Amino acid sequence: MKLSFSPEDEQFREEVATWLRENLTGEFEKLKYRGGPGDEHMFPEERLAWEQKLAQGGWTCVGWPAEHGGRGCSIEQQVIFFEEYARAGAPGRVGHIGEGLAGPTIIAFGTPEQKEKYLPGIVTGTELWCQGYSEPGAGSDLANVKTRAHFDEAKGKWIINGQKVWTSLAHESDYCFAIARTDPQSVAHKGLGFFLIRMDQPGIEVRPIEQITGTSEFNEVFFDEAECDAEDIVGAPGDGWKVAMGLLGFERGVSTLGQQMQFQNELDEVIRLAKSNGAANDPAIRQRIAAAHAELKIMRYNSMRMLSGQSGSDGLLQKEALIYKLFWATWHRSLGELAMDVMGPECEVLEGGPYALSRLQSMYLFVRSDTIYGGTNQIQRNIIAERGLGMPKEPRVAAK
Amino acid sequence: MEFAFTQEQEMIRDTAAAFLAEVSSSEAIRRAMATEQGYEPELWNRICGEMYWQAITIPEAYGGMGLGYVELVAMMEQMGRYLLCSPFFSTVCLASNALLLAGDEQQKTHWLGKLCEGDLTATLAFNGGHSGWSTDAVTATWHKDGDNYVLNGDYRYVIDGHTSSLLVVAAREEGSTGEEGISLFLLPADTAGLSCQWLPTMDQARKQATVQLCAVTLAGEALMGEAGACGPTLARILDLAAIALAAEQVGGSQKLLDMTVEYTSERVQFNRTIASFQAVKHKAADMMLKTEVARSAIYYAACVAQEVLEEGPMAAELAEAASVVKSYTSDTYFSVAGDSMQLFGGVGFTWEYDVHLYFKRAKSSEHLLGNGAAHRERLAALLLDN
Repeated sequence: MKLSFSPEDEQFREEVATWLRENLTGEFEKLKYRGGPGDEHMFPEERLAWEQKLAQGGWTCVGWPAEHGGRGCSIEQQVIFFEEYARAGAPGRVGHIGEGLAGPTIIAFGTPEQKEKYLPGIVTGTELWCQGYSEPGAGSDLANVKTRAHFDEAKGKWIINGQKVWTSLAHESDYCFAIARTDPQSVAHKGLGFFLIRMDQPGIEVRPIEQITGTSEFNEVFFDEAECDAEDIVGAPGDGWKVAMGLLGFERGVSTLGQQMQFQNELDEVIRLAKSNGAANDPAIRQRIAAAHAELKIMRYNSMRMLSGQSGSDGLLQKEALIYKLFWATWHRSLGELAMDVMGPECEVLEGGPYALSRLQSMYLFVRSDTIYGGTNQIQRNIIAERGLGMPKEPRVAAK
Repeated sequence: MEFAFTQEQEMIRDTAAAFLAEVSSSEAIRRAMATEQGYEPELWNRICGEMYWQAITIPEAYGGMGLGYVELVAMMEQMGRYLLCSPFFSTVCLASNALLLAGDEQQKTHWLGKLCEGDLTATLAFNGGHSGWSTDAVTATWHKDGDNYVLNGDYRYVIDGHTSSLLVVAAREEGSTGEEGISLFLLPADTAGLSCQWLPTMDQARKQATVQLCAVTLAGEALMGEAGACGPTLARILDLAAIALAAEQVGGSQKLLDMTVEYTSERVQFNRTIASFQAVKHKAADMMLKTEVARSAIYYAACVAQEVLEEGPMAAELAEAASVVKSYTSDTYFSVAGDSMQLFGGVGFTWEYDVHLYFKRAKSSEHLLGNGAAHRERLAALLLDN
């Protein structure tokens, strides 16, 4: 157990920092600290150009194996990359769903043809992805998917009908990976398929959802006789749940460290504000700022534990990984509240009309979603109790 | 960067767990805590003779095992889990660290050698009865009289002070404040003018004492380091001790969680185990979250502590790491203990069940070496007051 990095890794850190310093300039300057959660609707075209700039420098998919177009970085180097990226204030990645979720799934479960067809577009930053899991009737009960997929023999294609919801960046995306029911008689997690669906087609309609912030990162996606090529199902029909769950492991990877550096940027802003407006003299605020700092610091080392973990080889998430979503989401939500309390009465005042939120105001509102999406805090506690502590599963009520 | 135990470290942890499961049963704890001494000498002799734990962090040059803080933390976690009644914390995490950081070669060779032999137990006395645990808490005084040093003053909350054969005491030059003017001295328990008395405490499984120095006159060889310049060293000793104590807190939290899951999985009400109720599961999930986060914290702090001993690049982070970890583990242990007692229901309130032993330890360890609020205020000063 050792915290410090090797000289080679420190040299890599310098390389990353230098590249970012030299390239996050000019037309990209205005993207600094933008495009994070709650701000993902901002500068889509410029951020796509930035994604491609990163790709040219070889800084997309740094953790992917070289054979799939990645940089093949070690865990340590990935940690360093994500830290330096956030430290430089580089913008939220438009390609993160492809790089972090779609790509790793295709690498793990896809055919050689799927890899050849889809991975290069993710690596070059030219093709964006969105995730089609949740539905109006499948939120916490994610397996209750009603979207149907049937194979049309005449067309030789899968035909998709149904609706997805809370689909981030659907309006910017070229492809959607989605789970749909291939066996109409099936229930719950059986009988699902995992599909790679082209978004630009007549059978798909995207409608933005206006959120609490007044902005729209999330969308509804309607499938009305949408088509998916026969070879664009990952795994066999019926394997969809297995593939989708395999993907959840990727969401707890190295990229969590980049997210934490964004948290650090936000906390730094709260601290700057507290020092300038006198809130730093309030003993109650001091306690909360110190607690936020302490827990963020620990969050980093909890992630290091997740990444260095040895006990994950049995396919089960380690305990420190099981608690991670509940921990960071709750922490982040508290940070939003702290930010407003540091601002005091000024927290009400907007930057301008009709509804121009400051970064901290936007963060405060948006973090309310953190404890809901990707498994609510309540669902997380069920998972922790059942998988982490072996307590009894929730009783199943038979469908009516 | 490697943030997992090595195989050797895992073996040390597992060996400690297996040994403690055998020797620190509920019956053994209750036997030891009923005595004024607070531990059973036969067990301590086994720990020193068979396990050689008292020598874990002492360098091989002085006869020790030469292991590091990560190994110490792994072991403290197990001692907290099994609520071992022993002078380990006082001897190793307080006195031995003080010797390592402040002692001169002669003092180290002599006293660390004796510690390794298992012939003596030792502790650190510094707090004059303050709620604060920084160097401000030092109220005993020293002044020079010719070549000698004369010490006067009282100490409270001295862990195992009444049974230790060697005391490291902190005293300040009359009129000094904060980290200024502080010296550390080595006092054998039979030093003239030194008296130590057992201080009965709510947590009976770890004993405390009051120590009184009444015109104690010491030759120069009792002085550790430079006279009046040991304040920063004392601060580092206390931070290292806080990290070890935090590991004990995590072990205790884990034991409470394990006991609670086991009990609620057996206890049946309304024709189902109470562990099947979401209200119970969710509380247990929160207990696990806090315990795992606290565990990540102590491994981080252990690495920083190790760099202090090795004078590595992260050594400067010691104060911050100690406060990050001690604030989180203190709140965690007490909160987990309270939740555990609640989920045990009525039996958790009895003397017979072990929950109260951990509940009492949680409060004792929370306040020992600074509670959560105190450490957060220290962090706040680092973050906000510049």
